[in-house]
Amino acid sequence: MCATAPRALHWAEWPPRGPEGKPSLRYSLLSLFQQALTGHQGWPEQWRHPEPKAAYDVVIVGAGGHGLATAYYLAKEHGITNVAVIEKGWLGGGNTGRNTTVVRSNYLWEASEGIYGHAHRMWETLSEELNYNVMYSPRGYLMLAHSAHEVQNFKRHLYANRLAGIQNEWVTPEQAQEVCPILNIDRNARYPVHGGVLQRRGGTARHDAVAWGYARAASARGVDILQNCEVKAILRDASGAVTGVETTRGTIATKKMGVVVAGSTSHVMGMAGVRMPLESVTLQALVSEPLKPIMPVVCASNAVHAYMSQSDKGELVIGAGADSYNSYSQAGGLPVVQATLEAIIELFPILSRVKMLRNWGGIVDMTPDRSPILSKTPVPGLFVNCGWGTGGFKATPGSGHVFADLLATGEPNAIAAPFALDRFRTGALINEATAAAVVH
Amino acid sequence: MLLIRCPYCETERPEIEFKYAGEAHLKREPQTATDEEWTDFLFFRDNTRGEQAERWRHAVGCGRYFNALRDTVTDKFTVTYKAGEKRPGRVG
Repeated sequence: MCATAPRALHWAEWPPRGPEGKPSLRYSLLSLFQQALTGHQGWPEQWRHPEPKAAYDVVIVGAGGHGLATAYYLAKEHGITNVAVIEKGWLGGGNTGRNTTVVRSNYLWEASEGIYGHAHRMWETLSEELNYNVMYSPRGYLMLAHSAHEVQNFKRHLYANRLAGIQNEWVTPEQAQEVCPILNIDRNARYPVHGGVLQRRGGTARHDAVAWGYARAASARGVDILQNCEVKAILRDASGAVTGVETTRGTIATKKMGVVVAGSTSHVMGMAGVRMPLESVTLQALVSEPLKPIMPVVCASNAVHAYMSQSDKGELVIGAGADSYNSYSQAGGLPVVQATLEAIIELFPILSRVKMLRNWGGIVDMTPDRSPILSKTPVPGLFVNCGWGTGGFKATPGSGHVFADLLATGEPNAIAAPFALDRFRTGALINEATAAAVVH
Repeated sequence: MLLIRCPYCETERPEIEFKYAGEAHLKREPQTATDEEWTDFLFFRDNTRGEQAERWRHAVGCGRYFNALRDTVTDKFTVTYKAGEKRPGRVG
């Protein structure tokens, strides 16, 4: 053996440690091969499990995709690494692990195209960025129109998208069936398909991998992820500014806090006396038993109200509706599931004998205009990223990137500015109530 | 499936007969409200985690609006009462 060749590590020396004792193993074909030699027993933990420090420069509440992405970009883009992400449960255990993983950017208004378009561009290189396979799959996103009214509305969206440089195209019922062979385009259906819009760059990504990838990358840059750490109170000084946060793992001092907690936003912001324009409702989803590949795109219909894709495991991933009433129960009503499955059978009659494996609910935070809030608040040092409602997963990279900028500089950049909290007073609403493929 | 008691029909019926209509007892005073109060009335909500007073309409029954106290964590109704009546005191 040549004396200068790197010595293979003995199994007992795994995991390799970086200069600060942090696990630092780059994922690659080489590391996969090396790990195979030792029976894959030597992979280091993906992120550290530190004890809370007494103080941090920034505390982010909520270790979902958006919160973890915020921490990662704070460290990477702004060099702010003395950051804690605190989480009531386990990371990625809320809506990040409960959504239907759709990625797309065909919204109506320019402000929306700004943030969702930004996110969509970031998805394309996210796996390389994080050195983590987020399984981004731009398999196409098809929205069906079932009436003359929907045809007009969808074409309006389509032309707006083209003006903004967002790819989207019109398809006839036959073209829709070409990209989605199991689709029923019978003219005699109760709600016949009149056509649809297809965003070929749209698709899906692996939701858990997004949370894990951001957690690993943020942790490697020095961010502390503190799980089982619930916020009990937000501490403020005489001027009202944030001075720290009381948690189930002790008091943590900080002058800057970013709240990224989706359905629990009203509850957490209430601890600082800030009332929000939000209502929390349960949104449900379900998966079928695993099948051979039959569904190559994501297909959504507003008229019959359902959407569906197929996971890499073969399960059909079905998005149901939201319950009408406010709830924090994370368990929705059965009538919603029943209506959704009736719609799925209407669109895909071939599935009428398929069994459903499980259904679940997540608590989504709905704003009056169905657009998110990325904003400063009346409390100095307190920032909020919320209101993504039923469609936040697709925005994860862009949301984190833009919110990190807001936290670091204290001022919203051009992408974030339209999503300020004061739009509900000025009236500059960004109405995306019809942009969701299924209206909630 | 929620079972909801309509205080007019005086019977429990399944939730699909009802429409949810948001937080109850909001004050609407367009003639005297400041911009802040009007903003608050239009868009801002308590979004309570716990017992909340809320409006429902017995849409496919008597068609009338009424109010209810419900725990938003368990979805359990404590009591329903007619529109115009005061919010009952904390129960249980």
